[in-house]
Amino acid sequence: MLYRESGQFKTSYSADQAIFTIPQDRVLFLLLMLAAFVGVPFVATDYLYTALIIPSLCMALAALGLNILTGYCGQVSLGTGAFMGVGAVAAWNLAFRIPELNLLVVFIIAGLIAAAVGVIFGLPSLRIKGFYLAVATLAAQFFLPWLFVKVGWFTNYNASGVITVPRLELFGWTIDQPVEKYLFTLGIVSLLALAAKNMVRSNPGRQWMAIRDMDIAAEIIGIRPVIAKLSAFAVSSFYIGVAGALYLFVYLGSAEPDGFNINLSFQALFMIIIGGLGSIMGSFLGAFFILLVPIFLTRGLPLIGLDLSTAAIAHTELMVFGALIVFFLIVEPHGLARLWQLAKEKLRTWPFPY
Amino acid sequence: MKSGNWIASVVVGASLVAGAFAASAQEQLIPSMVYRTGPYAPSGTPTADGFHDYITLLNNRDGGLNGVKLKVEECETAYNTERGVECYERLKAMGGTIFSPYSTGITYALIDRAPTDKSVIFSMAYGRASAMVGSIFPWVFNAPVTYWSGASAAIQFFAKEVGGKDKLKGKKIAHVFIDIPYGKEPNPVLQNYADELGFKLELVPVPAPGLEQKSIWLQIRQMRPDFVYLTGWGAMNAVSLKEAAAVNFPREKILGGWYTSQDSDVVGAGPAGKGFRGLTFHSVDRDLEVVKQIKAHVIDKGQASQNGKHLGEVGYMRGVLNAVFTTEALRAAQEKFGNKVMDGEQSRWGFENLNLTEDRLVKLGLKGFIQPIKLSCDNHQGDGKILIIQWEGDKWKTVSDWIAPENQKLMPLYLAGAEQYQREKNIPARSCAKS
Repeated sequence: MLYRESGQFKTSYSADQAIFTIPQDRVLFLLLMLAAFVGVPFVATDYLYTALIIPSLCMALAALGLNILTGYCGQVSLGTGAFMGVGAVAAWNLAFRIPELNLLVVFIIAGLIAAAVGVIFGLPSLRIKGFYLAVATLAAQFFLPWLFVKVGWFTNYNASGVITVPRLELFGWTIDQPVEKYLFTLGIVSLLALAAKNMVRSNPGRQWMAIRDMDIAAEIIGIRPVIAKLSAFAVSSFYIGVAGALYLFVYLGSAEPDGFNINLSFQALFMIIIGGLGSIMGSFLGAFFILLVPIFLTRGLPLIGLDLSTAAIAHTELMVFGALIVFFLIVEPHGLARLWQLAKEKLRTWPFPY
Repeated sequence: MKSGNWIASVVVGASLVAGAFAASAQEQLIPSMVYRTGPYAPSGTPTADGFHDYITLLNNRDGGLNGVKLKVEECETAYNTERGVECYERLKAMGGTIFSPYSTGITYALIDRAPTDKSVIFSMAYGRASAMVGSIFPWVFNAPVTYWSGASAAIQFFAKEVGGKDKLKGKKIAHVFIDIPYGKEPNPVLQNYADELGFKLELVPVPAPGLEQKSIWLQIRQMRPDFVYLTGWGAMNAVSLKEAAAVNFPREKILGGWYTSQDSDVVGAGPAGKGFRGLTFHSVDRDLEVVKQIKAHVIDKGQASQNGKHLGEVGYMRGVLNAVFTTEALRAAQEKFGNKVMDGEQSRWGFENLNLTEDRLVKLGLKGFIQPIKLSCDNHQGDGKILIIQWEGDKWKTVSDWIAPENQKLMPLYLAGAEQYQREKNIPARSCAKS
């Protein structure tokens, strides 16, 4: 009943091409955005912003980038952490060496640099596929952080190799309060997510999906794999690069380039697998799931009266979290995004299913 | 696209959780960031136990601090920077004012947050060395020593071994370090000494976590250094000692930094660890009064963390020392602001005016444990002194007198490091002239 499309006629091409074709979705989405931009600042505390929401948003953007490459174009990548590192180090160098540069310009150029590096490491994808490609991107994951540590210029010859970001300023607006950081991040992430949604619905996205589903067939119907694969690498790395820059600038504040390691890559990969491959929303759901569930487990166990030692809680968290992942993969291999889709289908016939 | 959906539910859920965690006003919350799990747990666990047990001792024996109960709240970081930041934010929201991250990586991430959050970051003998410049880092304290003082003490010790500083000329010293910020921290000071004294410094980075060092020790054997200064961490240390033994490099020529010479490091190396020497910024005396007190008031009452199985170990005593600094700073603050729960600003004042005299140390049951130390507005390090200890196969033995780091030589480096930070961040320096 709630989600019934019958009786809702599309009378123009633009209505047919809308992201949300039925009013229910549009209203729901507007409410969500309203809640995110206006509602959250009313209720959230500094802890929520700085420890939970901002890192989740940054990682969601990285997962979104990886989803474009892996979920939409079918190219497995284990280099997410390294590309985030490229974005972060590029952004820091730009901001540090050219202080006059606008913060947004810094992020865009950092994204473009990450995109260029992504294309270079995407070249092997033209010849190799699947697990072999994963190993090729793994090379990026080991090479790039090593490069940042080895070549002192990247960190301005800082003895300990730690880079510290300057004050964030945008058109005279100093972004230092957690709520301001949150809104800044949310703005960038929403814009990029909107762009991604439109990209995957239009020509490039369809090319990517054709390559993903069967590359030979795609080539026969006239899609050039070189362009399609490399553009997927470029767009994906751009997103991941911006995510890395946000991660450093807004969340951590200072970091060692070595910190953009393989753990981040795996984390992003788990996010899109749990969230749903080939789904924009799935990237967000996956990121929130992977980052927040462990924290809720750690904090929730003592609340329900279990008085465990810190180490026991940490171990329990890992066990419960692992079990949850296995459970989800068995019950719903297509991820959380698919669950949401199923819920909508149920709502269509609710309360009188047939 | 539906990010808002999740955010909203997260917000509702988390605010409920946060409410339940609010600390009561009568208790001073003592945050304890620990790592009892993960690859560095062997180093982190004894320290966490020592910290917990000393605070429990104060509560059991003295009823807290001048009548204010202390409450330890542990948070597991697993030595991971992200988890550390989350822990910090969580403990801060619960009312914590003094934070000891036990990780150079996390310390670096928190240094920027400290001034806006009004949180004291106490990185005892780790973290950013130049943070001892109190005028630029008002919220960061790294008493009693820094990695730079450690490097200075190591060079002085090597000089003594060869019979004088002038004899170091033409010698070769290798710095074998784990390739993370912690390991790299001593490099500028070692380089400085190399230039001054004319020895050859070989920098040998070991990729983290340092479990594979075969080629590195072969390389070191070829280099034939006169001494090796080892800045390893966690499981890496035992591997270093074993590999050194495998290529027959004498362990007596290896000197470890203080986080390279804890019990877990040498025990893991087995017989290969015998003869290995290390630095420490406190004595390894197991008969201290405070150890007996902890035994009587905490362990025998069954309230110790893990039943005190690490009692007296080097790592454990570091936890105790960390707790001593934390609580004595709070006590100093209470003398000025009254016997109640201290906030961030007051805790900071307490640290800055901390004065552990000989008498005070004896009263605390720490006779001879550390040298008297006094912090001030412009010196957040307090010029602590360093001992050399040697592993005899079953226990540590002190093999030197207290060595004073050459702070007058290090000071220009500290200032340069702090000023670089000041320039990069574009922050004003505080004047320490009047207070």
